Amino acid sequence: MVVLGIGLVSLGLFFFLSSAIGLMRFPDCYCRMHATGKADTMGILFCLLGLALFVLHKGLEGERLLLVIKILFIGLFWFIGGPTATHALLRSAFERGVRPWTKDGKEILEWPEGES
Amino acid sequence: MEGFLIAVGLSLLGISVVGILRIILGPTVIDRIVGGNFVGTITVVLLIVIGLIYGRLELFIDIALMYSLLSFIGTLIFSKYLSHKGP
Repeated sequence: MVVLGIGLVSLGLFFFLSSAIGLMRFPDCYCRMHATGKADTMGILFCLLGLALFVLHKGLEGERLLLVIKILFIGLFWFIGGPTATHALLRSAFERGVRPWTKDGKEILEWPEGES
Repeated sequence: MEGFLIAVGLSLLGISVVGILRIILGPTVIDRIVGGNFVGTITVVLLIVIGLIYGRLELFIDIALMYSLLSFIGTLIFSKYLSHKGP
């Protein structure tokens, strides 16, 4: 059970590391949101499952069961709340008039004239 | 297992430096909030790792739960506040 927990935490750390590389290297705020969405769902879910297995390894009395349930509740909440926060942030960036990055500098959408 | 948990905590701390760097040098204000959301995601995991290292998880798990709720609501409030045009 400890080996499985170490594997899950390492997988979550891999998702966090790739998300950090994407956050540093991508050219646009939309692309950066796409990178951090991976850490919001998969990274935190795998890390919390591994840490819950660490807690479960020491024995399963009443109090430790409550701790495991709380950890899994945090994971479920972030699995729903992270994409919601990313979606709201992308919507506000779109309404704010942030232009998406393209490789050749041409616009991919028809923006109204005279706006930012 | 103590050594593995300490290594996980140190690597999470090193990853969150990237988010703080993106908060400092982001070109637009949306980039800064994306970096702040990323740091908030990492801090929830880091609080549980600190609780496992100290052996007092029943204290730190409530702080992690409250912090995750506050980080989510903070991101939603910022995205609502910044949705009109500005600098």
